[in-house]
Amino acid sequence: MRARTLILAACVLLLFAVPPLATLVKQPYYIDLLRRVMIFAIAAASLNLILGYGGLVSFGHAAYLGVGGYAVGILAFYGIYNGWLQWAVAILASALVALVIGAISVRTRGIYFIMITLAFTQMLYYLGNSVEEYGGDDGMRLKVKSQFSGLIDLGDPVAYYYLVLALMLACMYVMHRLVNSRFGLVLRAAKSNEARSRAIGFSPYPYQLAAFVIAGAMCGLAGALLANHTAYITPAFMDWTRSGEIMFMVILGGMGSMPGPALGAFALLLVEDLLAGWTQHWQVILGPLLVLCVLFFRRGLAGLLPGGGKHG
Amino acid sequence: MTAVLVFEQLLNGLQFGVMLFLMAAGLTLVFGIMNLVNLAHGSLYMVGAYLTVAAVQWTGSYPLGVLLGLLGTLLVGMLVEVIALRTLYERDHLDQVLATFGLILFFNELIAIVWGRAALYTALPSYLQGHIEIIPGSIYPLYRAVVIGVGLLVGAVLWYVVVKTRLGMLIRAGASNRTMVAALGVNIRLLYTVVFGFGAALAGLAGLMAGPIYAVQPGMGELILIQVFVVIVIGGIGSIRGALVGALVVGIVDTLGRAFLKPLLGHFISPPAAEAAGPALASMLIYLLMALVLAVRPEGLFPAKSG
Repeated sequence: MRARTLILAACVLLLFAVPPLATLVKQPYYIDLLRRVMIFAIAAASLNLILGYGGLVSFGHAAYLGVGGYAVGILAFYGIYNGWLQWAVAILASALVALVIGAISVRTRGIYFIMITLAFTQMLYYLGNSVEEYGGDDGMRLKVKSQFSGLIDLGDPVAYYYLVLALMLACMYVMHRLVNSRFGLVLRAAKSNEARSRAIGFSPYPYQLAAFVIAGAMCGLAGALLANHTAYITPAFMDWTRSGEIMFMVILGGMGSMPGPALGAFALLLVEDLLAGWTQHWQVILGPLLVLCVLFFRRGLAGLLPGGGKHG
Repeated sequence: MTAVLVFEQLLNGLQFGVMLFLMAAGLTLVFGIMNLVNLAHGSLYMVGAYLTVAAVQWTGSYPLGVLLGLLGTLLVGMLVEVIALRTLYERDHLDQVLATFGLILFFNELIAIVWGRAALYTALPSYLQGHIEIIPGSIYPLYRAVVIGVGLLVGAVLWYVVVKTRLGMLIRAGASNRTMVAALGVNIRLLYTVVFGFGAALAGLAGLMAGPIYAVQPGMGELILIQVFVVIVIGGIGSIRGALVGALVVGIVDTLGRAFLKPLLGHFISPPAAEAAGPALASMLIYLLMALVLAVRPEGLFPAKSG
């Protein structure tokens, strides 16, 4: 357990050191790359709450990236640049969308749940594609990034990097507290044995729905971050392959472990970046790699850490 | 909006529904019998379309090309089953979704490497071109009518095979209790491979028929795959009857929505608003339909295992 804490702390320190190091070797590209990776780490961590701890295989988590992103984009479109307001709307709107989707889909089980969450995300994807006012399938440019009353300038890549890093750590801390709370225990109990948790008096539905909404809200924040990161919002935020990627990050890193999703996000996106620099047909390598991981690498990266496995 | 126009769009909906059914039948059989969620079913649709285009160019004969394309897809399907999917039957749905997601990335990119990313179009032989007059005053493309005919014919054959033959009996038995079937001395692994190849060939048939109507390009499988998911969720997963009903409902609702929702909305709200809301609502219509069905019947219209 101590070795594990030390390794994770070293990883975090390394992340803090990236901007000065990247500036030193004149490779600012890595600041950009790792910021993107950390935004996806937030999205993956939010999915981990329902997938890893709740056992709800949501195949539509990219929807909230889109809702969060479009919330920022649409407010900016109407000249509202206040970041506090934009991000609050992004989170609330994602929570609301998750509430509607969750209310219908959490009632279903297994394969039905997978397909319904996928279908709802497709619905939002097509909505984004067909609303011409906000760019349709071309997407919309975010002309002015979110403004935080002079407190922080998101246009400064290094400042934005540290903000994303801080938010990622904060989100992981919130998740840690959440899954170890009474709420988290009920959620995990329902995953491991639904009938038994019913028998001792807990109806899983409200807990699972609440987790679904929290996960959506947190992923909405990641969407707002992503919109400011790319300064461009397109329906591709909600593409179903995006949902698959986020899901794979969780599995690759290790389901139901706190650092897992972040590790998965780093591994997947860095491997993607590496392969993409090597050949434009990198997906022909990545695809079989995913299959092999699923078949033979079941504990995930977190399982490789000392004391790994089932730690909250 | 004349009656003739509605009739034509109904036929288009039927044609789309028939193609959805060919896809859904394979997917739902594989799910019902092997308990496997196969996202890569759309890739087999794509493989069928590409192999047929290539085979038609190579042989110079359309019927021969179609035959080779079908056989090729059958082989690719069985190969994928033996190499990758066989080990997944015992895993949970999450692993199946992720592994077959990896297969999709692989197939899309492989096709892009071999044939490029640009869309291909299949040239139809002259005897499949032209129009026919189904009801007086309405002409309809012959090829689409052929697609409807082939789809209905295959549906009937499928029904016969599943309900009336020994193979179908084994398939139904495998769906309801596979351990028992294996204990009775049936080679269940071979049965699985055959069923999977069968489903692949149906997907390939849908893909090769789609070629001349829609564009043949990498990623074409996923567009239809997600609609097929809607079909089998509405119909009830594992049920062929459900797949048929679901496919026809989704095909007709989607087609009619795209054709008539905009003018229809124009009667109720201002034309510019209808202009904006019409296409958006039309593309969301089948998902709304699915949500509605599930709100009333969480297991779909024909809850599974009834064949």
